[in-house]
Parts: sequence; structure tokens; C-alpha cells
Amino acid sequence: MGQGDVNALGLTTSLILIGVALAISFGQQLRLEKQLVWATVRAFAQLIVMGFVLAWLLEPGRSIAYSWLWVVGMVIFAAWTVRNRAPEVPGIFPVALVALTASMVVTMGVIFGLSIFPMEARAIVPLGGMMIGNSMGSTVLAARRTADELKDKRSEVEARLALGHSSAQAGKPYVRNAIRTALTPRIESAKAAGLVFLPGAMTGLILAGVDPVDAVLVQAAIMYLILGTAATTSVVIGLGSLRRLFTSDHRLRRLVRESN
Amino acid sequence: MSDLFTFEDVSVTAGDVTILNRASVRLPIGKLTLLAGESGSGKTSLLRLCNRLDVPTSGQILFRGTNLLSLDPLELRRRVGMVFQQPVLFGGTVSDNLHVADPSATEERMRDTLRLVELPPDLLDRVGDDLSGGEAQRVCLARTLLCEPEVLLMDEPTAALHPAAQRALERTVQGLRRTAGIEIVWVTHDIGQIERMADHLIVLHAGEILYTGSPANPDATAALARLGGEEGS
Repeated sequence: MGQGDVNALGLTTSLILIGVALAISFGQQLRLEKQLVWATVRAFAQLIVMGFVLAWLLEPGRSIAYSWLWVVGMVIFAAWTVRNRAPEVPGIFPVALVALTASMVVTMGVIFGLSIFPMEARAIVPLGGMMIGNSMGSTVLAARRTADELKDKRSEVEARLALGHSSAQAGKPYVRNAIRTALTPRIESAKAAGLVFLPGAMTGLILAGVDPVDAVLVQAAIMYLILGTAATTSVVIGLGSLRRLFTSDHRLRRLVRESN
Repeated sequence: MSDLFTFEDVSVTAGDVTILNRASVRLPIGKLTLLAGESGSGKTSLLRLCNRLDVPTSGQILFRGTNLLSLDPLELRRRVGMVFQQPVLFGGTVSDNLHVADPSATEERMRDTLRLVELPPDLLDRVGDDLSGGEAQRVCLARTLLCEPEVLLMDEPTAALHPAAQRALERTVQGLRRTAGIEIVWVTHDIGQIERMADHLIVLHAGEILYTGSPANPDATAALARLGGEEGS
């Protein structure tokens, strides 16, 4: 195999570890087999589609407007995912849409405005995907944790409301915890970069034959932007969720926890 | 003179469940009102309507003759304080807890407030987790008093306390009523507490008002006996 070339045999071999995971799930009665198989098949199908879309977008002469359209689609899909993963927060979709759009505009503005990467399809789509994909995890976590904190600490929140605190005041300590929880994995991951694991973009570039030092510089730029984007969207979503979980007359809504 | 609270045809529903069914009742000014009823009778729901922690599905509630919904909820909650069944202390010391109610409270004022609820003033630096149930409930009461309320809603505040602490808290609250002129609305299902404290009694059963009036009235005794009988059955 040459630089980054994976044939059908290589792909099949990589599934061995999925098989191991399935065996562990079955042996330990984790009941994750169905989800593991579904995730594997779905990820493969999505990546194949993405490969064809990227190939189409990268054809010489293709307008980069299509790439931006693809990014818009990713933002809408990510906001919809946040809505589905945090259904206990009413009206979270528009909040997530605004948060992800705003952070995307700022991030892409920095990347292309400061010429960190050239503004072409091969940069717009993968970078957009990386920013949105990484923010989405933190965003979902921020929304869910905010709802869970307020549900678990309902008696404390209502005790604060009963002292005449506004919903923003009463919810502040709990949304702060939620945002910290949402961002901790991202911060820990940044702290461990290079020591414990090699991040995806850098690994990809090295596998593709790019000089490791150049790959590191690219990865560092991407990582800072991801961290900034995840932090911004998590804060906006946390505060947005807080607003949605209280009524306009500063009462905490009844919250029903989702089973998953 | 208008009542402290007037409930006019008030209903509260949650989904298909009726929590309060067209309740019309008056809570007079100057009388210590006890709300009694078995678990799930709607007494806590009725209390939570008084400071707008909940709002009615239909009907109207007046506070001193003014529609409750026309008042600013934050100002209302400082005027109508609430102490919950389980003492809720936030993290940190007693002083930290009191500062949640009034961040500008001086140490002298906090010590005075602790004295008011019959706690030693040197308790200020104690961590909340180290307090007994009775002490914690008194700190909650002190915290509420820092908002200078004109009404105290007490939601079964002695339910988690042992008998001696229960009586002590009852005496403290009655003292506050006499010295500071604070109106008290107290939820209980303890018959002894009704006999000791109530000037005015409201008995609820399955979301409906079963009795309202003097606790000395034979009808009050009959209503309470009915509750006792149904709870025991």
C-alpha cells in the first residue's frame, strides 16, 4: 500500500476490531451489538457519500458556492441533531442554528480572512465539517447537561427563585457546571494532543506524505479554532437552554429526563 | 379590608391530572392559616401559587386585593417568602447561604437575623453540611427573612425534624409573627400542629376545599377526622 491507499482487504481487516467490540458487548451483555453494527454501516455509507460529494465539489471549474451550500447543510443537520439529542429543551433548534452559524461565520472568517488556508473547495468542506462536528458534541453535551443540572437541582433552583432571583441568576451556577462539563473533554483532548494521541487532521496529512512539522502547524491552527468554536457554541447553547427551560415569569418548567 | 390571598375558582392541572379543582377560598390577614390535607391533596400546590412558583390553569388569585399575575414575580417572591419541606442549603458556609438572599448583607445584620431564628451568631462560619436538620431549616428561614418578607409560606417545614426541633421551630415562627408582624401560611398534615398553631384552617382533599374556617368548629374536626379515616383506610 502506498500513501494513504486502503484497498478492500485493508478495510475489511480494520473491521476486526469492530468484531472484537461486538464480542465484548455480547460477552458482557452490554446490548450494544445492534448500535455498533448500525454505527459502522452508517458511518461507512455516510463517508462513501461524502467521498463522492467531495469528488464532485473538487472537480476543476466547479463553483465554491456549492461547497458553502454544503457547509450550510452541515450546520442545519448539526442543529437538528442537537434538537434530537436534547429533546427536553424546548425550542433548542433555532438556538443551536444561530450558535453554530455564528461560530461558523467567525471561524471560517478567521481561516480564510487571514489566509491560514486558501479558500477553495478542498479546504472549505473538510474544515467546515471538522468545526461543526467537534462543536456538535460539546453543544449537545451543554444542552443536555444544562437540562439535567436544572432537573437534578430543582429544589435548589426553586429555593433561589423563592428568594426573588431571576431565572438567569437562579440558573447561573448550574449552567456554569454544564458548560464546564461540556468543554472539559475538548480541553483535555487539547492538553493531550501530541503526547497521548495524534489528532485526525495531522495524522491524515502525515499519512498523505506531508512533512510532520508542517502537519503539526496545520493541526495546531485547526485545534485552536475547534477549541474556540466549541467554547463559543457551548456557552451560547448553555445560556440559550437556560432561557428555554424557564418561563418568561421566572418559573422552572417541568422537565422529563430522556432514557438515553 | 381585603384578604391576604383570595382564590377565585382556581384550578391547576398537569396533563390529565387535576391537582386543584375550582378552589375558592380566602386566607385572612392577621390570622395564622394552616393548610391541612393528606399527601396529594393539593395543599403544597395551593401554597406554590401564592408566590407564583406555579400559576393556575384557570381562575384568579388576589394578593391583598391585587391580581397576583399583575405583580412583578421577582418582587412578589421577596414580599412572599417561602421555606420548603426539606431544608435546601447551597454549598459553602452559613454566611455564604445568607449572602445568596442579600449579597450586601453585613455581618452584623446576618448575626441579628440568626438571633431572630434562635441560632447562635457564631454559626456564620459553619459549613452547611455540618448542621443538624433543625439548624439547617432555621438557616433557610433566616435566609428568607433577609429578603424582609411580609408573608412566610411554610411548606411542612417541620416534616423532617424530630419532635423537640418541631416545637422549637413552631415557637420561633410564632415569635416572628408577633414581633415582626409577618403573616404566616403553614402547610401540615400533623393534627397536633393544627391544634397548637392554627387561627384559621383550610382542609383540602383530592384537590378540593373540604373545610375553611375556625379550627375550633366541629365541622373542622369532622373534616380532619375524615382525612384521618381515609388515610388510615
